[in-house]
Amino acid sequence: MKEQKIRVLVAKPGLDGHDRGAKVVARALRDAGMEVIYTGLRQTPEMIAEAALQEDVDVVGLSILSGAHMALAPRIMALLKANGQEKVRVFIGGIVPDEDMPRLKEMGITGIFGPGASTDDIIKDIREAVK
Amino acid sequence: MSLTTPVLEGNRLALARLLTQVENDSLEGRAALVELFPHTGRAHLLGVTGAPGTGKSSLVNQLALHYRKTENKKIAIIAVDPSSPFTGGAVLGDRVRMRDLFCDNGVFIRSMATRGSLGGIAQTTGSFVQVFDAAGYDVIIIETVGAGQSEVDVARLAHTTIVVEAPGLGDDIQAIKAGILEIADVLVINKADRPGVEITERALRTTLELAHPTKRISPALAGGAKVRHHGQTMTIEDSSSAPIDSAIWIPPIHKTVATEGKGISELAESIAKHVAHLRLSGDWASRERDRLGSELEAALREELVIRFHRDISKKAYDEVIEKVMSRDLSPSEAVKYLLNGRLK
Repeated sequence: MKEQKIRVLVAKPGLDGHDRGAKVVARALRDAGMEVIYTGLRQTPEMIAEAALQEDVDVVGLSILSGAHMALAPRIMALLKANGQEKVRVFIGGIVPDEDMPRLKEMGITGIFGPGASTDDIIKDIREAVK
Repeated sequence: MSLTTPVLEGNRLALARLLTQVENDSLEGRAALVELFPHTGRAHLLGVTGAPGTGKSSLVNQLALHYRKTENKKIAIIAVDPSSPFTGGAVLGDRVRMRDLFCDNGVFIRSMATRGSLGGIAQTTGSFVQVFDAAGYDVIIIETVGAGQSEVDVARLAHTTIVVEAPGLGDDIQAIKAGILEIADVLVINKADRPGVEITERALRTTLELAHPTKRISPALAGGAKVRHHGQTMTIEDSSSAPIDSAIWIPPIHKTVATEGKGISELAESIAKHVAHLRLSGDWASRERDRLGSELEAALREELVIRFHRDISKKAYDEVIEKVMSRDLSPSEAVKYLLNGRLK
């Protein structure tokens, strides 16, 4: 039996076209020994859930800077669940106001990282979450 | 619960999970491969290789779209990208170019990291192919890592190998080197809207003509005509009617612009012709034999090493390593000593 790798889907739902942050995180996770599937810009929730299924990932990282997280996150969570992937841990990175955080956590989002979050913390939290 | 039955029934989640088991070489994955094997042997395996940035992923995207639109075939895509040799991590980015296929139930895309393999595909890529084949996918496209000159393992796996080039990457000397160009069943010059495409095409064509010289002879001269060549009279043999001729496949060269979908249907036509050629010439069976033979060989080698280590004590093994370290035994002498118990 070979070593199991943590597989992470890094996706950018919605319409903002700024993926620098997603790429920085993808690179950091790679350097932490994870296998990162990068899907690129402007993904619909359906595309993300389908990619998460085909790739059988442990973690989905969503990069959302547009403020549309309260519309996109519930949709993605519902689709993951409908596909039988309720065990997949979902993280959000981007701009999320403090008052939205409790509701996102309630939906089952495992972690939320705002501006200035360190990649070390992200890596640590992901490792913790998939244990 | 066994994943085999739901995979055969077309359950996509079970398929995805089984691929993970197979990739991790778990006991469950191994058992499933055994159960699935009788269901394999139906799919057309299409390898796509070429240097990084030549547009392999975009080309695969367009080919899959074409097959979906015109033939309604079920398509599996295995997209391989390299693992870091230092951390073991990987960024698998081929999906970025395949967004047209994301929400089509007849397409299944799986990215995989090489996890230390150097031949352009991963060690378990062949097993992935078996799983997709058993799951009823008609065409399985294997996209290799961005290949240099010798990442040619995909040719052993695929029935049809497409080598993707782009203008401006190499001259005619590159084109006559051994390695990646030799494995091409179909050559594609992608990004054909860029300057330098004629030079690339000429270099590739010259290479093909060196490999298949008889094809250059014009019909007017063929058929026993005498010509003088370097001061010697030579007879040109009639190659056009020779029976062997039909058994020779000469790789066609296609110019494509994958991002715009240009040249894709012509490429698909050539691929279909190649399949027909393989069936007609008997090469399909011999390629299958080579592929399964090398899989058997690899499995045998692995099993023999495991058995060997089970039968020998670690102490005895370590002693031999010490002898190699002190230069009392060379590695090949050590092997003889370990296998025969004496130096002979």
